[in-house]
Amino acid sequence: MRLGEIPIIVKDEVPIEGAPTSALGAYLHERGVSRRDFLKFCGLLASTMAISPALIPKIAEALENAKRPSVIWLSFQECTGCTESITRSHSPSIEGLIFDAISLDYHHTLQAASGYGAEEARAEAMKENYGKYVLVVDGSIPLDNPGYSTIAGISNLDMLKEAAAGAAAIVAVGTCAAYGGLPKADPNPTGAVSVADIIKDKPIINVPGCPPIPVVITGVIAHFLTFGLPELDSLGRPKAFYGQSIHDRCYRRPFYERGLFAETFDDEGAKAGWCLYKLGCKGPVTYNACATTKWNDGTSFPIESGHGCIGCSEPDFWDFGGFYQALSIPPGASGKNAVYAAAVGIAAGVAIGAMNKKSKADAAGLHQTVTVEELNQESQS
Amino acid sequence: MNDVDFLLWVKGPAFSAAMVIFIAGMVLRFFEILSLGKKVNYAVPKSDPVQGGLREILRRFGTDKATFQRSLLTVIGGYVFHIGLFVVVFLLAAHIALLKSIIGFGWPNLPTPVVDAFAVITMLTLIAVLAHRLQHPVKRFLSTPSDYVVWASTFVPVLTGYMAYHHLLLAPSLMLGLHILSVEFLLVIFPFTKLTHAFTLFLARWYNGVSMGIRGVKS
Repeated sequence: MRLGEIPIIVKDEVPIEGAPTSALGAYLHERGVSRRDFLKFCGLLASTMAISPALIPKIAEALENAKRPSVIWLSFQECTGCTESITRSHSPSIEGLIFDAISLDYHHTLQAASGYGAEEARAEAMKENYGKYVLVVDGSIPLDNPGYSTIAGISNLDMLKEAAAGAAAIVAVGTCAAYGGLPKADPNPTGAVSVADIIKDKPIINVPGCPPIPVVITGVIAHFLTFGLPELDSLGRPKAFYGQSIHDRCYRRPFYERGLFAETFDDEGAKAGWCLYKLGCKGPVTYNACATTKWNDGTSFPIESGHGCIGCSEPDFWDFGGFYQALSIPPGASGKNAVYAAAVGIAAGVAIGAMNKKSKADAAGLHQTVTVEELNQESQS
Repeated sequence: MNDVDFLLWVKGPAFSAAMVIFIAGMVLRFFEILSLGKKVNYAVPKSDPVQGGLREILRRFGTDKATFQRSLLTVIGGYVFHIGLFVVVFLLAAHIALLKSIIGFGWPNLPTPVVDAFAVITMLTLIAVLAHRLQHPVKRFLSTPSDYVVWASTFVPVLTGYMAYHHLLLAPSLMLGLHILSVEFLLVIFPFTKLTHAFTLFLARWYNGVSMGIRGVKS
C-alpha cells in the first residue's frame, strides 16, 4: 500500500483499506461527513474568503469533484507548531478532514514510514505527479552552512530545489517559510531565508502566522482546488484571508477610537476591555484573519484573551521593537543617543561660538584709533 | 525591501539618525547663540529685567490690534494651524507613547476622532496660508525656497499621518512608514531652517523683554 492511500492523521475512525477514492466529495462522504456539514464548511470558507454566499453551491460542487491532490510537505527550520496547529485544531473538524483528504505523500512528522522508506515515498510521489503536486513548506532554509539543517543527509536547500522543480504550486506555511520567521530573527545565526528568496519560477502562496490559523491553511488548499491560485497581496498572502488588518476587525477598536487604553495588564482599563495599543498590540499593521476566524473552534483570539497582537503573520515580527512596546515606539530608542547627540551639539556649538567671538575680537583688533590731532589735520587739508 | 522592512528601517536606524541630528543641531544652535554673549550693562536697572523677560514671553503669544487688523488671515491662520499642530503632535495617544519612551513621562491623550478633526483643520489652514503666500505679492517676494521646503515638511507629516490612520491610498504599514520618514525629514532640517523658531522664540522674547525691563519700559 502506498503511503498516500492511508489517512495519515490518527482519528477515531478505522482507516478504509483498499482502492483510494480520488474525488474529495466521495472521500469525505466515506468518512461520515454529512452533506449538511460539508455545506456548512463551504459556507465558512465562502465567508472567510469574502465570496458571495451565492457561490457556496459552486464551491461545494468544485470541492466535491476536486481530485485529491498529491501533497508533499517539507519541514525545514521550524518548530512543528504549524503542523500542530492544523492537526490539533479541534477534532474532529471538517477542515481537519479536508486536510486528511489530500493525498499527503510525504510529511516527516506525520508519516508512519521512516528512513529510506520515507524518502522513497517522496521520490515516488514526485515522479508520479511531476508538475502536478502541491509542495507545502514550513520552516526557513539556512544558507550559511547547509549542515545546519538536513533531512536524510540532504540539505534543506537541495531538497527544496529538487521538490520545487516538479511542483504545480508551493504553499509556504508559517512565517518561517513565508518570510524567514524566528530563525531569521536578528542576528540570524543560520543565514535563514524564506522559500520565495530561493524559488523564483513557481507560484508561491504565503500562509504566514506563528502558527497560521488552521482554517486558513485548509482554506488556501480548498481555494487552490476550486478556483486555482488565489489573489495575493504584496507580501504573497491570499487577500481572501489576509486582506484586512487585525485592528480593522478588532472588537476593541471602539476603545481605540475613543482614546481609551489599558496602561497595564491588570488596571481598570484592562479589566474593562480597553484597547491594548499602549501595551504593544501590533494589530494596526498586522494582516490576518484572527479577529474574524478566531482560534480553538471560534473560542477567541489573543486580543480577546487580553494580550495584544504580536504581529506574527508579518515579516520580521520578532524584531519589531518588543512585543510590549507600543507600535509608535521605535525599537532601540535609547536616551544614550540623545546624550551623545547633545554632547556633540554642545561641543560644536561652543566651537562655533568661540570662532564667532574670535572673529569679533579680530575685527575689534583691526580698529584703528584716530587721535584728535589727526582728525584736525584731515579737516584742515 | 518590503513594507515591513521599510517600516522597521524608518522606525529603527533612520529614526535614531534623525533624532541625533535634531538634538545635536538644536543644542549647537543654542550654544552658538548663547556663547555670543551680551555686553555687561553697568546701569542700574529701572525695573526687574526677569519680570520684563517673562512678561514678554507671555505677551507675544497674543497679537497687537494693528497687526491683527492689517493681516487678519495671516494671524488667524497662524493661530489655527499652530494650535492644530500642537494638538496633533502632542495629544494623540500614539505620539504620547513615543514621547514617553524617549523622555520618560506621558500625559493624557484626546480621543482619536478629536485629534483627527484637528488634523483636517490644520491641513486646510496650511493650504490656505500657502495660497495666500503665493498670491500676496509682498509675501511672495519675501519667500525663499527654504520657506516652501519648511511648509512642505510640516504639511506632509500631517497628511501622511491622516492617510495612514484612515487607510487611504497605500497599505497602512507603508503609509505609516512614509509618515515616520516625513517626520524624520522634518527633524533633520529643523535645526537648520526657520523651524528653529519653535525653540528660539523664547530666547528672542526673553532678550527683548529683559532689555525693556532694564530700561523700565513696558513693552
